[in-house]
Amino acid sequence: MNELTRKERMQLSRVTMPEQDPDSRRQNFTEVNLGLTPELAIEEARRCLMCRRPVCIDGCPVEIRITDFIGLVAEGEFDQAAKVIKEDNSLPAICGRVCPQENQCEGACVLARKDKPIAIGALERFVADFERDHNLMAAASPIPRTGRRVAVVGSGPAGLACATDLARFGHDVTVFEALHELGGVLVYGIPEFRLPKEIVRTEIAQLEDMGVEFVTNAVIGMIDSIDDLLGEEGYDAVFVGVGAGLPRFPKIPGENLIGVYSANEFLTRVNLMRAYLADSDTPLLELRGRNVAVFGGGNTAMDAVRTALRLGAAQASIIYRRSEQEMPARLEEVHHARQEGVRFRMLAIPVEFLGNADGFLKGVRLQRMELGEPDEGGRRRPVPVPGSEWLEDVDVAVVAIGNSPNPLLGKTAPDLEETPWGTLVTDEATGRTTKEGVFAGGDIVTGGATVILAMGAGRTAAASIHEYLRTGVWDVPDEPVEVPG
Amino acid sequence: MFEVLEANNLAPDVRYLRVRAPKIARRRKPGQFVIVRASSTGERIPLTIADADATQGWIALICQGVGKTTRQLNTLGAGDRIPDVAGPLGMPSRIERYGNVVVIGGGVGTAIAYPTAAALKQAGNRVVAIIGGRSREYVILQQEMQAVSDEVYPTTDDGSLGYHGLVTDKLADLIATGPPIDLVLAIGPIPMMRAVADLTRPHHIETVVSLNPIMVDGTGMCGGCRVEVGGETRFACVDGPEFDAHLVDFDLLTRRNRAYRDFEQRRLEEWETAQAGISQ
Repeated sequence: MNELTRKERMQLSRVTMPEQDPDSRRQNFTEVNLGLTPELAIEEARRCLMCRRPVCIDGCPVEIRITDFIGLVAEGEFDQAAKVIKEDNSLPAICGRVCPQENQCEGACVLARKDKPIAIGALERFVADFERDHNLMAAASPIPRTGRRVAVVGSGPAGLACATDLARFGHDVTVFEALHELGGVLVYGIPEFRLPKEIVRTEIAQLEDMGVEFVTNAVIGMIDSIDDLLGEEGYDAVFVGVGAGLPRFPKIPGENLIGVYSANEFLTRVNLMRAYLADSDTPLLELRGRNVAVFGGGNTAMDAVRTALRLGAAQASIIYRRSEQEMPARLEEVHHARQEGVRFRMLAIPVEFLGNADGFLKGVRLQRMELGEPDEGGRRRPVPVPGSEWLEDVDVAVVAIGNSPNPLLGKTAPDLEETPWGTLVTDEATGRTTKEGVFAGGDIVTGGATVILAMGAGRTAAASIHEYLRTGVWDVPDEPVEVPG
Repeated sequence: MFEVLEANNLAPDVRYLRVRAPKIARRRKPGQFVIVRASSTGERIPLTIADADATQGWIALICQGVGKTTRQLNTLGAGDRIPDVAGPLGMPSRIERYGNVVVIGGGVGTAIAYPTAAALKQAGNRVVAIIGGRSREYVILQQEMQAVSDEVYPTTDDGSLGYHGLVTDKLADLIATGPPIDLVLAIGPIPMMRAVADLTRPHHIETVVSLNPIMVDGTGMCGGCRVEVGGETRFACVDGPEFDAHLVDFDLLTRRNRAYRDFEQRRLEEWETAQAGISQ
């Protein structure tokens, strides 16, 4: 292959991810993005400037050697590229699909300033899919066993990433999942059209091949406490990655009307319980021909509103209290939602849900907001405009304004210190909690965040669990300095 | 998979299922429930643990066949397997020495009340049980209740067994003529629980009910089981299922339990048609 000069590379334009046509995909649950062809992948990889100091890697929470793997893609060495990615990310087929690349690797890419960044997410996905589709996923080589046992609580992104590394260190790992299916938010939350469940199952099957044990229907905190795991169950360490699973509601009148769903319930009914399939026994209110309003501006809100469209909603709207600029959702999801016909209503909040005599939702009273001064996070704070209320017809409302940590586990482990927000107190560098032998990571520590951050935290914890099991030393994080007065 | 060790009918459409679940049997406390899925395409439904034996490793579920899932469960016999049983879930019943306790079970509600009645008895309470049914074949667990209660009053709407009348009629008698009541635990159909609450309220008798809203995960994640108690939203799966009867919004619970009535009816009919086809 001819070496391109830097200038030549910069003249190439970013390839476009092939995707299902909006009109047809609005009516099905199969994946929207179809994935790059090998030709497109090579074409895109050749755009990479191979920066000597690749800033994209700084933007990646798990520091994948991006330029190395893209270089291999450009040479057509796809299986080698997969190996490079997997040194840092055990679930690339998932991350390539769901990471907010524009805020991470692609946001940092030097080409982002001039034109369009390298499609790093699409390439990561391509490489992972290529490996899987060509059965190149390396069989686990036998690893010397350490004989130490680790319990991983939760089979979402944090738990899976943690389990992978622990298994590679040779520890015996058991993953406990509360639901009947493995994958946590990857299966109950993220819809099929964005992350096919088959991909999650393949990744989990690989972990099983590595000897990781999975136990479903195991609600830790109820069937076993953390003390039980460390005591009679004989585990040497525990990783808590149970996510942030307690849905928030706006606390306004009428929110218990039939037809007001939390995003968790709405998505769980559709994704985990497969209410979109004819043979599922799990019902969902009829959406065909109905008005559906989704409150929130994150990825979960986008997932819910696009799900509503696919279930036949006549009108599916996003109602968000700030402006579009402040929406935390991935750009691609917003773009896809708009293509599919989602209506975006910015700067509005619900103040009351209204129902009929049978208790079914019929409408919502909304209030106009305007943007005020920036808040602590730097986003402009929405402020209600007095006297700006109005009424709209709504048959089904989905509340996607975030989750609080589920207190279920914490209640049974009083020695796990919590923050005032109910998240677990940990040492960020090691994932150690305030209880010896117990580590935590993911949304239960950060509050609602992203798949990749949870995976990063799972890996950090795995490394420090390994260290703890090797040395037996439990470094208690430094006591906070007491401020007099 | 969870093996059914024993199964038999207690009443028309009410089946006792003894299920092998050693871990749950060891951990469960009275008042707690499990989430059950009856097939690979099945919904998740909550069923209260009616009994358990930690040493033999089983739990007992008593299931009333009202919809497809419960009817499906009620076709199971010894040796069959249930794909998913998760638990124990929910807060256990508050077991204290109250003094004079009346435990009321309406229909299959008796099965839910039974383990709590036993624990209350063991905690040193005087336990009086009122167990009701439409007619004699619907009154369940009379012997079991007898073993853990000081007095048991079966009641039937048609007078075919015990007291002729509603459980609330018998309760009114006890309030009027018996020793003062320190706690009433009432578990059964919503109209019954509401009637009990209305009856005890003016007498200021502490009354607890166990609520049965529609659930999905049963761990606090979905919020589908929202109930209002004292004007506040609570999740029955993690905050309950038992609540102060005098503060429960029964209207809301009734309405929310009807949310999917059409779907449930359709599924049941489809299933019954399919079953009829099989048996022919």
